[in-house]
Amino acid sequence: MEMFLDYLWVFLIGGTICAIGELLIITTNITSARILVTFVLVGVFLEAVGVYDYISDFAKAGVNVPIIGFGASLARGAIGAVKTHGLLGAFTGGLTATAGGIAAAVGFAFLFALIFKSHTKK
Amino acid sequence: MKKREQTILLKKQPKIIGSYSIVGPKEGEGNFGPYFDYVMKNDCFGESTFEKAERKMLESAITGVIQKAKLSPKDIDMMISGDLLNQIISSSYAARAFEFPFLGVYGACSTMAESMAVASVLIDGGYCKNIVCCTGSHFSTAERQYRFPLELGNQRPPTSQWTITGAGSCILSLEGQGPRVTSVTFGKVVDWGINDVNNMGAAMAPAARDTMLNHFKNTNTTPDDYDLIITGDLGKLGSEILIDLMDDEGITLGTNYGDCGQMYFKREQKTLCGGSGAGCCATVFNSYIMTKFRDGQYKKILFMPTGALLSSTSSQQGDTIPGVCHAVVIEA
Amino acid sequence: MEDKKRNEQYNSYVKAKIPKTKPWPSLFNSFLVGGIICLIGQGINDLLMLAFPAMSQQSAWAYTLIILIFIASFLTGIGVYDQIGKFAGGGSIVPITGFSNSIASPSIEFKSEGIIYGICVKMFTIAGPVIVFGTISSIVVGLIYWIISLF
Repeated sequence: MEMFLDYLWVFLIGGTICAIGELLIITTNITSARILVTFVLVGVFLEAVGVYDYISDFAKAGVNVPIIGFGASLARGAIGAVKTHGLLGAFTGGLTATAGGIAAAVGFAFLFALIFKSHTKK
Repeated sequence: MKKREQTILLKKQPKIIGSYSIVGPKEGEGNFGPYFDYVMKNDCFGESTFEKAERKMLESAITGVIQKAKLSPKDIDMMISGDLLNQIISSSYAARAFEFPFLGVYGACSTMAESMAVASVLIDGGYCKNIVCCTGSHFSTAERQYRFPLELGNQRPPTSQWTITGAGSCILSLEGQGPRVTSVTFGKVVDWGINDVNNMGAAMAPAARDTMLNHFKNTNTTPDDYDLIITGDLGKLGSEILIDLMDDEGITLGTNYGDCGQMYFKREQKTLCGGSGAGCCATVFNSYIMTKFRDGQYKKILFMPTGALLSSTSSQQGDTIPGVCHAVVIEA
Repeated sequence: MEDKKRNEQYNSYVKAKIPKTKPWPSLFNSFLVGGIICLIGQGINDLLMLAFPAMSQQSAWAYTLIILIFIASFLTGIGVYDQIGKFAGGGSIVPITGFSNSIASPSIEFKSEGIIYGICVKMFTIAGPVIVFGTISSIVVGLIYWIISLF
C-alpha cells in the first residue's frame, strides 16, 4: 500500500511538472530548448535555496526524472565541491555531478547516429 | 508588348504545351492524388540523402515534361528553375544533367509563377522558343533547414503548414497547342510586420493583396472575369485573411477563389493549416489545373502564388517576414 | 509612421484571427506521458536497489538516468520518440529523456554531413544552451556558496 502511494505521488508530481511545461509551450509558443533551460534553472534555484531535498524525499522520480533533477544535481555538486575543495569546487562541482548524464547522452547519441537514419514524419 | 505599371500584356501569348508533376507518398494520398503523373513510394526516392532525392525529383520532372510534350532535349532553349534550399542547389544540380542554359530564380513558394512569368516574357520578346519551368520542394530538407531535426519530439503550432514533397514542371512554347499565358504581373515585396515563422500565411497575405489589386487595376478586370483565382500556399488562415483584406478594398472573392495549400490535404492527414512550399502550387498547377484546362472546365484563371522571403538567420535576428506574389493569367 | 500603425493594426487583427485550440487535451496528454516516464524511472530505480542492495541511493539515481537516456536515444534512433512527442508535447520534453532526444535527433539528422561536421558539430544545436546555462548557473551557485562560507 505504501509503495502504491509512493508511485501515485511520483506519477502525479512528474505529470504536473510536465503539464506546466506544456502550458508554457501553449501560452508563450517557446521552443523546446528554452523549455529545457527554464526547467534546469528552476532545479538549480530549488537546490540552491535548499528546498529540493524536501521535495525529492517524497516525490522521488517525480522530480528526479524531469530535467529539474539535472539542474538540482548541478547545484548540489557545486555546493558539495566547494565544501571539500574550496573555490575550485565552484568550477568543478557542477559538471562532475552531472557528468554521467551528459556523457551518456553524448555517447548514446553518437552511437545511434552511426546506426540509424532520420525518418520522414508522417 | 504593352506595359502598364507592373503588368505586362503578352502579345505572342506563349502556350503551355506540357506539364508534369511528381510528389511524395503523403501528397499522393491528398485531395489531388489522382491527378499527379508520378507518386513516389518513399521520400528518399532511392537516394542516400533527402537533398539528393529533391534533386532527382526535379530531374525527373524535367525529363518527364519533355517526354510528355513530345519534344527532345535539343528543342529546349532554356530552363528556368528554383527551389527552397540555400543557394537553390536542387535546381542548379538538377540542371547539371541537361545540356541547355539554366536560369536560377528564387521567389520562395512563388517560384513557379516567377519562372513562368520570366519564361513568358523571354518568349514574347522573341528570344526563346521552348522554355522549361520547374519548381520543387521537399518536406525533410526544408524542415532541417528552416526548423528542427525530424526526430525531435516537439509539437507543431496550430498555424503551421506542411512543406510539400514534390516537383512540378511545364514547357512554355511559342508554337503548339495548349492554354495561353496572356498577361503577367510581377509583384512588389510587401512586409506588414509579421515575425511569427509559424504563421507564413499571415505574412504573405498582404503581398497577395498588393499584387491582386495591381493586377485588377491594370487589366481592368474583376474577380468575376476568372473561372478560378488561385493562390499558392497561404493556407487556411492566410486565405481567410486575404478574403478579409480584399473585402476591405471592396472586392469580394467568391467561390471561384481557392488556395492550393488549403485544398492540398484531407482533414484526417493532420497538416493543421495545410500545405506549403515551392512544390505546393507547382504540383497542383501542373496536374489538377492543367487537367481541368484540357477538359475545358476552365477558360481563364489567375494563378498567383505567394512567397515568404525569409531565411533562418533573418528570423533568428528577429526580423519581420517580407512576402512577394507574382500573378500569371492563363486562358484556354 | 503610417506603416508602423498599419503593421500594428494588422498584427493585432492576425492575432485575433488565429484559431484558438483547447488547451485541456494537450495538457492532459503531457500530464499522462510525463507521469508515466517518471513512473518508469522510479521503477528502474527500485529494481536497481532491489538487485544491488549495496548500491548508494545516489549511484542508483545516476544509473537510472543513464538507462532512461539510453532508452530515449534508442527510441529517437528508430523514429518513435518524435511520435511520442507529437502526442505528448511537454510530457516528453521536460523529462531527462527530452534532453536525450534533443541531443540524439540533430546527431542523426546531420549524419549526412559526415561524422565531424555533421554528427559532432550539430549534436548540441538544441541542447547546447541547456549545458551552457546549467554550467554557468552551477558556477554562480558555487561562488555564492564559497563567499558565504568565508564569513
